[in-house]
Amino acid sequence: MREIENLQLNAQGQLQHFLSIEGLDKALLTEILDTAESFAGISSQNVKKVPLLRGKTIVNLFFENSTRTRATFELAATRLSADILSMNIATSATSKGESLLDTIHNIEAMQVDMFVVRHSLSGAAHFIAQHVAPHVSVINAGDGQHEHPTQAMLDMFTIRRVKKQFTGLRVAIVGDILHSRVARSQIQALNKLGAEEVRVIAPKTLLPTDVESLGVSVYYDMEAGLKDVDVVIMLRLQKERMSSALLPSESEYFKCYGLSEDKLKLAHKDAVVMHPGPINRGVEISSKVADGTQSLILQQVSNGIAVRMAVLSMTMQHRRESI
Amino acid sequence: MRIEIINGRLIDPAQNIDKQGSLYIENDRIIALFDTPDHFVADTIIDAQGQIVCPGFVDLSTRLREPGQTNKGTIKSETKAAASAGFTSLCVPPDSQPVIDNVEVVELLKDKAEKQGYPQVYPVAALTQKLAGSELSSLYALKKAGCIATSQANHPIQNLLILRRAMEYAATHDLLLMFCPQESSLSNGGCAHEGAMASRYGLPSIPYAAETIALMQCIELIGQTECRVHFRGISCARSVSLISKAKSAGLDVTADVAMHQLHLTDEDMLPYDSAYHVQPPLRSVEDRDGLLKGVRAGIIDSICSDHQPHDIDAKLGAFPETEAGMSTLETTLPLMMRLVDLGHLSLSQVIAKLTIEPAKILGLNVGSLAEGSPADICVFDPKKSWQINAESWHSQGRNTPFWQELMQAKVTHTIQAGKVIYKEI
Repeated sequence: MREIENLQLNAQGQLQHFLSIEGLDKALLTEILDTAESFAGISSQNVKKVPLLRGKTIVNLFFENSTRTRATFELAATRLSADILSMNIATSATSKGESLLDTIHNIEAMQVDMFVVRHSLSGAAHFIAQHVAPHVSVINAGDGQHEHPTQAMLDMFTIRRVKKQFTGLRVAIVGDILHSRVARSQIQALNKLGAEEVRVIAPKTLLPTDVESLGVSVYYDMEAGLKDVDVVIMLRLQKERMSSALLPSESEYFKCYGLSEDKLKLAHKDAVVMHPGPINRGVEISSKVADGTQSLILQQVSNGIAVRMAVLSMTMQHRRESI
Repeated sequence: MRIEIINGRLIDPAQNIDKQGSLYIENDRIIALFDTPDHFVADTIIDAQGQIVCPGFVDLSTRLREPGQTNKGTIKSETKAAASAGFTSLCVPPDSQPVIDNVEVVELLKDKAEKQGYPQVYPVAALTQKLAGSELSSLYALKKAGCIATSQANHPIQNLLILRRAMEYAATHDLLLMFCPQESSLSNGGCAHEGAMASRYGLPSIPYAAETIALMQCIELIGQTECRVHFRGISCARSVSLISKAKSAGLDVTADVAMHQLHLTDEDMLPYDSAYHVQPPLRSVEDRDGLLKGVRAGIIDSICSDHQPHDIDAKLGAFPETEAGMSTLETTLPLMMRLVDLGHLSLSQVIAKLTIEPAKILGLNVGSLAEGSPADICVFDPKKSWQINAESWHSQGRNTPFWQELMQAKVTHTIQAGKVIYKEI
């Protein structure tokens, strides 16, 4: 299989766009995590700002709705002293028939330095990065069913803080792998960072064809799949999966693939529970687990700001150097 | 007008000829091979030293994009591209705008094509009005007006009762049905082969069963309707075995494959490069190998260009939202020669797949160098290399994954009905 054209790195091998975990090596992923660590302290200070991106303009371009991702990107940009403009394109330009490229060129003409893009089609961020002016950086905030690399990096950051290293870790990702860009990014990141085993647990209807080729082992049975894992990542289940005959009902899904306290006991005793949010209580995760001592769900959200600050500052810095 | 082609290697699979010699044309006919007819004095002599002289290529599916989408291609631009690539007969699928479902469109197409004076154009009638899959087109009138076959192109009929009736009606008027097998509930808006590549890049995918199920349904209906069916553009190895079984059972069916499906697989795709977005999608290596086997064994009768020129905008976007199709007329000959160089087929076998075999499917008296045949001829230099670029390319659509690549084999002369319609400068 041919790999995606790597637009992410400049001639010096530094990050100039952040589009996918694919194409980045362990050293670069570790650099992102280390940089995020250095930013993590800022959020707890009284003055939560550093002047790294003063005078820079970042545009959040969301062709799909989002609360958490958009908000944490806004906070990350603000804490780096950048100016940020958030545009919800889902309800504006493209619905008037404007093409993706026209939208990009129009906003680019407003002298922006960076786009943070979320789009419902796989490959959209890559396409935009191919067509923006050379001084503009593109950050992928989720493209279709392809990747959501900042989410995966904040998950890696959260795992590393608790587990200290990836070597030897067994990680289970549970739920709708087929439609999940988060899962695709997590699988790549975990394998690159040296996790012992990545498992996916789902019914056949929610697994892509040849899923093993992504570098995972497959379990249809959650009890077997959770045995001895150190990290359990639950994915959100969209309601429309029921109407398109992928699943019979929420209750049957919870019985088979929902994370209850009993099922969690099958995992390693120090196992942690994660979820990219927003969670559906009683559908993929019980409230007791979501709010329990093993849950890292809220830490993930806080860590999202530091990781996004790291990615924004790294891409912008290298962009500046390369001009 | 008398033309003599000298010093060429004449290859005519229809007559099992592969021999050095001369070919003689008078007016629109081939009048002799090898031996000079009495009193023959040529007006024009073409020296084909080091070149191959074969029948002009017959294409089962060439989108000209006119009427309706002249931003993608025109009758002039695409028939000229076809002439430059050695084609002398082109079947035009009905999915133009308006659709070829009435006599006026057929006449417009034929008139315009005739005025250009490039290859012979054969319109294919829409099986149902507007290709909507509900009401029958006037197939009798369309056939009378010059349609050579009927088809739904890439708009499968959803309702099997309507498909059955449409097949019965096509059979009534003895029209060949060109059937592109696709079950749309299974292809479900997908844009890539269901396999590791689509899984990794999160592309909506099309399983092989979307093709094989439609194929099996159609095969079952052939028995009931006695419709002559040609399976157009198959992409899966399993389709080859289904067609093989149908042929063994005595059904009068034929099949073709697009040239690019014999070369490219989903593993060759540069992810998200819309030049690789085709319908049916580029499938697995096993499928490609199965198709090659099918071509060798004669289960797949013909190879088609499946030419689909697009403008830049159609291919500019995130992969799933771009339009499917490649501009392929001008890569057909070089890719044909690659099949020979790779040892998949002999030169004579592969030329048959582009000449006499499609001619037989269509029931046309072309595709051969036999004395008395229409003088539709392609002369090409198998060793000449050339680069695909703005200077060498004729089609208005530059949507090919081979853009800028170095190709080998180039047409030097195309003759249609005794007239030189293309000559390399």
